[in-house]
Amino acid sequence: MIEFQDVHKAFGPKRVLAGLSLTIPDGQTTVLIGFSGTGKSVALKHIVGLLVPDEGRVVVDGEVVSDLDRKGLAVLRGKIGYVFQFAALFDSMSVGDNIRLGLRRRGLAEEAIRERIAESLRVVDLAGAEERFPAELSGGMRKRVGLARAIALRPKYILYDEPTTGLDPVTSAIIDQLMVRTRQEYGVTGVVVTHDMRTAYTVGDRIAMLYQGGIRQVGTVDEIRATTDPVVRQFIEGRPDGLSAEAASVGGTA
Amino acid sequence: MKHSLALRAGSPVRAIAGVGAWFSDSFRALSDIGTWGPLLIGQMRRLGVDSLPIALFIALFTGIVLALLSSYIFTGTVPIYFVGALVGKSIMMELGPVLTALALAGRVGANIAAELGTMKVTEQVDALETLAYEPHAYLVVPRVLAGMLMFPFVTAIAVSLGVTAGWLTAINLLDLSTLEFVKGLRIFYKFKDIWFGLVKASSFGVAVTLMGCVMGLNTRGGAEGVGRNTTRAVVFGCAWILVLDAFWAMVLL
Repeated sequence: MIEFQDVHKAFGPKRVLAGLSLTIPDGQTTVLIGFSGTGKSVALKHIVGLLVPDEGRVVVDGEVVSDLDRKGLAVLRGKIGYVFQFAALFDSMSVGDNIRLGLRRRGLAEEAIRERIAESLRVVDLAGAEERFPAELSGGMRKRVGLARAIALRPKYILYDEPTTGLDPVTSAIIDQLMVRTRQEYGVTGVVVTHDMRTAYTVGDRIAMLYQGGIRQVGTVDEIRATTDPVVRQFIEGRPDGLSAEAASVGGTA
Repeated sequence: MKHSLALRAGSPVRAIAGVGAWFSDSFRALSDIGTWGPLLIGQMRRLGVDSLPIALFIALFTGIVLALLSSYIFTGTVPIYFVGALVGKSIMMELGPVLTALALAGRVGANIAAELGTMKVTEQVDALETLAYEPHAYLVVPRVLAGMLMFPFVTAIAVSLGVTAGWLTAINLLDLSTLEFVKGLRIFYKFKDIWFGLVKASSFGVAVTLMGCVMGLNTRGGAEGVGRNTTRAVVFGCAWILVLDAFWAMVLL
């Protein structure tokens, strides 16, 4: 289980998170939605220790992430796969080596690594792409390799940072299916950051909306669809009238 | 990476703390041999062997010019075989290490800063961390060690070529025999001339690669940030070479 407990985070004068509290239960996919710049990706990076809260704590499986030493953090990261917004593939390495890097760290034998790479690429429908380089791949293929790199580690959690941003609707739907398939095949707990409501409805068990540094509403997909909260309604319907993204940030006025 | 150099932070105390934490992370990463060990040879080839052409090009012309210049200065005042002494001493102790390092500051420092800077702004450094790698062990240590080991290697070869170029110039363009050139070369020679140059070269290697890593891993702001920090890496790398050059002269001479 992942818990945000009254998490505050600022970058210089800009406050991004202001008392974020949220529980992400195991075995489900929780989707974080919200206007641009409301701290969704920042929240995600706290889970894996890439960022440290200014105040409050992030607790993963009973351990406070910011209290972990180097070894503890490595163990924690061993349980978490991270799919980056722009895939963040190592562009000097082939697809196979991108996936191999994390597996080597876990001390797997070369034969097992090769099998794991092939299987992970098969899951994301990129079988046989081991020798290709990131520069030769489309945006959608890169994201699928990023997903393959994450699932190859057999993580307990996978964090998806805007997995469908910048993709055409068909490729977005393919990525959505892969996320659902990943959860079904590996039983992974997912945290998905997105502002694509189709993705949120397709992959999410629960949806939480970030607003002004905290959670505006959290609920099941049906609860969010039926919400009467004007801010959440405006966002999920994508209406341009009403609030702006600036108003949704910390210090904004509704 | 929790610690980033707070170069632009408002508080000097925070900036110093950031610098301290960054270097502390790098020292700690030295113990992670399993991560940096397999990468060291590749970096030694990239930073050292691949830099030989530019270093040798500079050494060749330095040797030629130095022989002609010393002949011009000495003719009619000092015995001409002192050409060998001036060429040997100045190339071994000063021009070889410093000119090689300045050339490599451009090639190696810029290369490291641009590579790591691009990795930083495209979240590849974050990706490395999520795969449970320590960026200082994976990115910084192999590059700095490669610089420390390979700058003296490149310098030694450059010095050899520079002296050889000076000798060939002396016997072909000046009124000097090989025996006279060698006599001059040996007249003030001390073993210290060699190790002094190599120690300096090693420290230059650390400075240049460290500057590349520091600037690369603290890049912000996309392509513009990569360009800005790459320039900084070269400028600060060159500045550190000159500061260290003066430092070693004061300490060891």
